[in-house]
Amino acid sequence: MALSDKELKTLTEKAHQIRKDIIQTLIWSGGGHAGGALSQADILVALYYKYLNIDPKRPDWPDRDRVILSKGHGGVGYAPILADKGYFDKELLKDFNHTGSPFGMHLDGLKVKGVDASTGSLGHGLPISVGLALGARLKKKDWLTYCIMGDGEQNEGTIWEAAMAACHYKLSNLIGIIDNNKYCIDGACEDIMCIEPLGKKWEAFGWKVIDSDGHDYTKLCPAIEEAITYKDGPCVIIAHTIKGKGVDFMEDVAAWHYGGLDADKTKKAIESIDKMYANK
Amino acid sequence: MAEQVGGLTYTILDADKMTAAEIYGDVLTQIGGQRPEIVALSADLAKSTKIGKFGEKYPDRFFNVGIAEQNMFGVAAGLALAGFVPFVSTFAVFVSMRAGEQVRTDICYQKLNCKIIATHSGISFGQAGTTHHCTEDLAIIRSFANMTVIAPADGFETAKAVQASVDWKGPVYIRIGRGFEPRVYTDDKFDFTIGKAREMRPGTDVTVIACGTPLVGAVDAADFLKKNDGLSVRVINMHTIKPIDREAIEKAVMDTRRIITFEDHNVIGGLGSAVAEVIADLGKGCAFKRVGIPDEFSPVGYPDDLYHHYKLDSEGIIDTVREVMGKEFEEDEDWQDEF
Ligand SMILES: Cc1ncc(C[n+]2csc(CCOP(=O)(O)OP(=O)(O)O)c2C)c(N)n1
Repeated sequence: MALSDKELKTLTEKAHQIRKDIIQTLIWSGGGHAGGALSQADILVALYYKYLNIDPKRPDWPDRDRVILSKGHGGVGYAPILADKGYFDKELLKDFNHTGSPFGMHLDGLKVKGVDASTGSLGHGLPISVGLALGARLKKKDWLTYCIMGDGEQNEGTIWEAAMAACHYKLSNLIGIIDNNKYCIDGACEDIMCIEPLGKKWEAFGWKVIDSDGHDYTKLCPAIEEAITYKDGPCVIIAHTIKGKGVDFMEDVAAWHYGGLDADKTKKAIESIDKMYANK
Repeated sequence: MAEQVGGLTYTILDADKMTAAEIYGDVLTQIGGQRPEIVALSADLAKSTKIGKFGEKYPDRFFNVGIAEQNMFGVAAGLALAGFVPFVSTFAVFVSMRAGEQVRTDICYQKLNCKIIATHSGISFGQAGTTHHCTEDLAIIRSFANMTVIAPADGFETAKAVQASVDWKGPVYIRIGRGFEPRVYTDDKFDFTIGKAREMRPGTDVTVIACGTPLVGAVDAADFLKKNDGLSVRVINMHTIKPIDREAIEKAVMDTRRIITFEDHNVIGGLGSAVAEVIADLGKGCAFKRVGIPDEFSPVGYPDDLYHHYKLDSEGIIDTVREVMGKEFEEDEDWQDEF
């Protein structure tokens, strides 16, 4: 499973394209959750282009791995990946957020193929993931459930109720990934509601904790592999990311949690992304 | 424009530059200067709800508890038990459902002096979809004993509701939209009393009862129908859903014998249901129709498109009034003596 140079190149190129697709979708949608869409991008690209056992032609295939985007406001960054994987025509994204479109800010699992659960209200994804993991075990199936959470989202009590349950049931088929970009809406997590020491908290709840860079595939991929092979209980990857990653004027700027792009900003955003990948 | 209720004053400057939510944030901040017992809370939505304005002025009396709504309402209950008057603001969906039990058991059961400003209610957050819409809160929240429920129609009325709630004993739920809704009032020179409906237009043929965002369309529709159809449409602003103004509804039954309700809420359990309860209690025949979200999850879309889709804008209200007026309604000779 180890990451080959060729795979690294493929993932990097894919992430480059996806970041530009996200900017394009943000333009079509008239604005959206830019910061979190860009911080989670490399995590989702790693899963969708290397690890997931899925078949976009059969979105309802019962034995597929499940992905629950618990930070559901990342939908504007998730839909371009699902389109690229072939779950639906990319052209449909032109209507993102428009009246009557299947795509709103938070993706609806009944309307968007490839979405395993409708999320958007924070703190719901991990309990749902615990249920999916229990379901897989009951059915004696070996598919995995991945739950992508925000760091601000860690404030929600339901996360910790589910964390306790996952440990109690020793759910080694459940992998949590925290997009630890250090910001929520009103500012830095540290200033609004401190979540640290985050790793120690998850450890105390009985989870195996893996700390990783959330953008560098040479670190992120081994972390995911370790989580997949760990069989003594649930495992969480704390992926250190940068909110707005790739667009210089969005990086680490709380106000870019949600925003819109005019022609000038679009140009600058694309230039910034291209520049970042030119150095890779 | 200065206003006084219970010795509390505020001045709305630059109203044209502020959204409804910004106006309440500003007014709450001004009132906070006169009442040191007022504290404010939000759950990582201080900016989105505009209660953050209070926090900027009084950082010591403001608690942003992070993304933890259940905890927030429990903390608010504790602050109220300690003698403070908490104003709590987050999206309506998280007040009424995520933290519904904390609101009921910690706050309403204990009759605590906690004031809730629930923003982004109904389908006002159109493009965010069902996870952020809230077409259930009136049904849920008005069933909580001890709770007062207000759905102001615009920024000026929200400011009045906030002001009136300060000295109103017990918990109050103030339900507003996203904050970009059009205005019904041109200034704040009007009376606002909790529990007392306002007649926006007199009328004798039919009564339209609305609250919140649809009120502006109702007023426009009444003016249009008067001019074009010669219809006399009474428009009632039922800003307080609980305690509801029974007298205004009973009078409308007797005077117009036709009532239509409009609300940005599921037709089950909200304004329409509350009005229907009063009509049923009265026992007098009345043509009646509820317009709102017909027990479904709204599609995604721009709020204006969605209001149009659900006939909650002036065009939809005109259509519905014409439809109700076009129906045969049996006039009963001795109707006045019944019961
Ligand atoms: C229960 C709930 N409360 C509040 C919100 C509003 N909200 C949307 S995104 C967000 C901040 C999320 O921060 P984080 O989890 O760190 O996500 P990211 O920084 O990756 O965007 C909030 C408070 C919500 N969607 N759900």
